Amino acid sequence: MIKISHLSKIYQIDSLATKAIDDISFGIKKGEFVAIMGPSGSGKSTLMHILGALDTPTSGTYELDGENVGRLKDDELADIRNKKIGFIFQAYNLLPRTSALKNVMLPMAYAGITKDEREKKAKELLGLVGLADRIEYLPNQLSGGQQQRVAIARSLANNPAIILADEPTGNLATVQAEEIMNIFKKLYQKGHTIVMITHEHDIAQNAKRIITLRDGKIVSDKKH
Amino acid sequence: MEPTEIIKESLQTLALNKMRTTLATLGIVIGIGSVIALLSLGQASQKAVENQIQSLGANLLTVYPGSSRSGFVSGGMGSSTSLTYDDAKAISSDPSITTVAEVSPEYNRRAQVTAGRNNTNTQIVGATPAYFSVHKVNISLGNFFSGREIDSAAKVAVIGPQVTADLFGLPAQAGENVNPVGQLIRIAGQSFRIVGVTTTKGGSGFQNPDDMIYIPLTTAQKILFGATSLSNISVEAKSKTVMTQAQDQVGYLLLARHKLSDPTLADFSIMSQADILSTVNQVTGTFTSLLAGIAAISLLVGGIGIMNIMLVTVTERTREIGLRKALGAKKKTIITQFLIESIILTFAGGIIGMLVGILTSFIISRVMSIAFAVSLASITLAIGVSGITGIIFGWYPAKKAANLQPIKALRYE
Repeated sequence: MIKISHLSKIYQIDSLATKAIDDISFGIKKGEFVAIMGPSGSGKSTLMHILGALDTPTSGTYELDGENVGRLKDDELADIRNKKIGFIFQAYNLLPRTSALKNVMLPMAYAGITKDEREKKAKELLGLVGLADRIEYLPNQLSGGQQQRVAIARSLANNPAIILADEPTGNLATVQAEEIMNIFKKLYQKGHTIVMITHEHDIAQNAKRIITLRDGKIVSDKKH
Repeated sequence: MEPTEIIKESLQTLALNKMRTTLATLGIVIGIGSVIALLSLGQASQKAVENQIQSLGANLLTVYPGSSRSGFVSGGMGSSTSLTYDDAKAISSDPSITTVAEVSPEYNRRAQVTAGRNNTNTQIVGATPAYFSVHKVNISLGNFFSGREIDSAAKVAVIGPQVTADLFGLPAQAGENVNPVGQLIRIAGQSFRIVGVTTTKGGSGFQNPDDMIYIPLTTAQKILFGATSLSNISVEAKSKTVMTQAQDQVGYLLLARHKLSDPTLADFSIMSQADILSTVNQVTGTFTSLLAGIAAISLLVGGIGIMNIMLVTVTERTREIGLRKALGAKKKTIITQFLIESIILTFAGGIIGMLVGILTSFIISRVMSIAFAVSLASITLAIGVSGITGIIFGWYPAKKAANLQPIKALRYE
């Protein structure tokens, strides 16, 4: 599903080159639930951006679902993000003043799906995350946990190859964080591939495999 | 996403910031409004002048005394005394003249006119009966003077309705029908009997046909003013198509009569109504485009206002744009979204501005009592221009939005 080989990312600021990711290689198989851990500055955010096709590597290759993502142009990357990746952000990032339903429909609109189909699928997904009774609510009328559930529903909209979650529980209280993790486990059981970035050990324990980064290098890769 | 959906979404976004949207649109409203108003006012006044000139007679050529510089057409009209009644008679009787219907020799001068205690200073026209048909002047009371009265230099006068009002009081003030026919008036001290009153023709300025007194040409020349020359000769061509021919025939005849061999030395000039019309059109046309140019500048300022607002919007919505790009929006999609927003702004401004412009020109045309004219061309122009303004001034902000890096945009606070 994901194949990373000798991947590096170097940020050039003036004459100073910073290696955010330093020649790492690993693979993720279909249906895996992986947590990527590491302290701040370890390169996990950069890795997340590259995995999410928001950024391209300086060297090395990133293959997603058989496609070499590192060599694609802007609009092709947009297509990859739209169809193969489901994003979940720490700050939820829902469109303000836009209903939960419309938020979930948005990625499908960019994929060119008809309005009726979009609406049907979005309702189904909101039901899956337990928000069937709140589809017309605006983000500011929902709690943090509920907003993150809307974001999960949105990430599933185009049946992506992987779900990419960046600190999905970072802004949430423990009870709500547990709810979100339960949904992730459910998705994992249904066969979805999940890559979750976190710095919290408790949250990472929910995953079946933990990759730990430090100074742009993988220091451990354990399954349990 | 279907276009109707994008438009609906844009309308919702614009509705969120009503004050800003209104102010941004205002610039376009004023721009388009003034373009429409000034164009239609220009057209209306042009039409008014045209109508006035046309009403003087479409097939009319006027021969003025004085030098002409190129051919018979243009040139200064002086107060020279080169034209005579015999010239006029020759134009109407010479066998070389085949395209002229009627010839009206004229002698004009202003004079003091009194009737009882009332007095006025007005234009006295020494004329022959041909004058009335050539200049399309009609009689409402009494008669025109006849050829016999010309021959005998009779002291008779036909007066305009304005003169009637000045000398005998307005009909309303004088009570019942004012009939000045048969009454006596004094023109420059000489006593004249009124034989007719002309109908109201309308008009303004120093050549108002309603404010004239017509007397036999011979009377004006010999008895009143002691002149031998003419002020001008009006020549009516047989039709509009033979105007140039008539101009040439009259020109060569007069050159021969005045014993001149070189047309550039002609001591007279011939102007057609078309010449006068095109001069007037040129002047009003220049004036209209000048005004429209000034209005276009205000449209430009309005467009810059739209661009400014769109740039603010793009900055404000950086996070939203980043999110949309992360979720798979392509550059084209983002550009379309922001362009549609700015086009909606300018288009709405264009429509409102058009209505404001039409209303303004309607009110001004009423106040200034000129014709109200709105051409389809200026409306199409306004709508087209407002749409294009939206594209031009929305392009840069939209492009800026589309080129935002999704990571940076997502992190933007």
